[in-house]
Amino acid sequence: MNELLGFISSNLQIIYIVILSIFVGIEVIKSIPAVLHTPLMSGANALSGVVIVGAILVMLHSNPTDYVALTLGFIAVVLGVLNVVGGFAVTNRMLDMFKKKK
Amino acid sequence: MDIILSIVYLIATVTFIVGLKKLGHPDTAKSGNLIAAGGMGFAIVGTIFIHDLEVPTLIYVLIGVAILVGSIIGGLIAVKVEMTKMPELVSLFNGFGGASAALIGIVEYGNADIKGISAAIITTILSAIIIGAITFSGSLIAWGKLNGTVKSVVKIPQYNIVNNVFFIAIVALGTYVVIGSIDSQILLYALLVGGLVYGILFVLPIGGADMPVVISLLNSLTGIAAAITGVLYDNMVMLVGGILVGSAGIILTVAMCKAMNRTLASVIFGSFTANASVEGVNKTLGSIKSTTASDSAIMMNYASNVVIVPGYGLAVAQAQHVIHELEELLTQKGVNVKYAIHPVAGRMPGHMNVLLAESNVEYNMLVEMDDINPQFNNTDVVLVVGANDVVNPAAHNDPASPIYGMPILDVENAKHIIVNKRSMKAGYAGIENELFYNSKTAMLFGDAKDTLTDLVAELKNM
Repeated sequence: MNELLGFISSNLQIIYIVILSIFVGIEVIKSIPAVLHTPLMSGANALSGVVIVGAILVMLHSNPTDYVALTLGFIAVVLGVLNVVGGFAVTNRMLDMFKKKK
Repeated sequence: MDIILSIVYLIATVTFIVGLKKLGHPDTAKSGNLIAAGGMGFAIVGTIFIHDLEVPTLIYVLIGVAILVGSIIGGLIAVKVEMTKMPELVSLFNGFGGASAALIGIVEYGNADIKGISAAIITTILSAIIIGAITFSGSLIAWGKLNGTVKSVVKIPQYNIVNNVFFIAIVALGTYVVIGSIDSQILLYALLVGGLVYGILFVLPIGGADMPVVISLLNSLTGIAAAITGVLYDNMVMLVGGILVGSAGIILTVAMCKAMNRTLASVIFGSFTANASVEGVNKTLGSIKSTTASDSAIMMNYASNVVIVPGYGLAVAQAQHVIHELEELLTQKGVNVKYAIHPVAGRMPGHMNVLLAESNVEYNMLVEMDDINPQFNNTDVVLVVGANDVVNPAAHNDPASPIYGMPILDVENAKHIIVNKRSMKAGYAGIENELFYNSKTAMLFGDAKDTLTDLVAELKNM
């Protein structure tokens, strides 16, 4: 119990941020037309590629002789970039198709 | 230095929120996507260059190469892929994000002094690995199911129990590692493999029709994995970005379920593939009537109102361009043509709109379900192309049907119904459709593209 309270008190800021972010996410997405579900899902998918920031941090902190960490970090960066670039590009392409109809 | 990077992250976080908000409105969606992409680029560049670490050039080169390789491959896939393959692609990209999170967790576990750090940090690392692994393998299975590589629908009795027990076992093992502060590569890999296997078990039994919901859910999970990794590095852009995707993804998942009148629980636990009610419906089906392209062409030529109901079959046959040709031809002949778009037509909500937009169909010809349904009474001919479950009257009349209660297009109110299908095979939900046995319905069998091409040729000769 004490450990749990200790965890909460030392991470209070993060807990606030998480809870507020959850509500922001809900509010931002509420009541969108079904037409946009596919592009939105694809766009949100690209955003989840933010994990790339962590992958870059792994590489920056790696010891240049630690080949395992470097290799895993390298793969993580490649996959993260795939998620980000592919996600945004494909969302853009989808939305382009809507646009020229206007 | 630190404060500058924090400001970069702050700006990026704001662009994510603004971008997501704008993505929700048709007029601003494109700029929303670009704003979020810009913010992401800003955060990535900031992370690479703004810090006080002494980083050897080699590592910068490696990061540069990794980003280049990922951008080229990702960009190429995004540009080349056919629009019909969109759901698969989102799923695949999502899996990559999950894998990235799992890899970060593995490296950090290796780097960390497991005996010396707090239980909270070990929990964070392990959660990143497990959730990342689940989203990776789950997304790959979803991808395989959508493109037809993974077909098997597993029917193990008490599947859900097996599944849940497996998940509890993973959590228990993770808890054991955390509480005992155990530094064991073997247990780490056991958790990784456990996550991968659970991802497969989780997605495998879920029916293809529900796959978009699953992808949306997995997408949300990747967001959560990213947020957890953010906690690990005390990194605000990852934390907020990940949580945003996580909560928005859940809302989107629920919205999709609503469009199909299903609950999230029934998607996850009650696979749609059941053949439960087939026997119930079969008894009163009667006989079907088939027709030819020329008869159908005559019927549409002399109609004043025609409504086209496109389904995924149209997309699979790549017939979205031919259907546009048909619609233009009919319009030239003075027929009033509209498309009736069911919210879940295609393989994802809004997917059909994207496909038809790609073939240059006028945006205002696409009419949404609630607006078109009252108009079917005045419709002379409905042409159903490759759609099945979304026009199945069982959703209204058969409480035993798995799709009972799903909102459908009320095409049976029209004067004549022409249904183009390849065969009498049941639709994605695996259930019979009494519409095909309706006395007003004529079946036009054949591949959607070939049949529509024939229809266009017949109409041109009139």
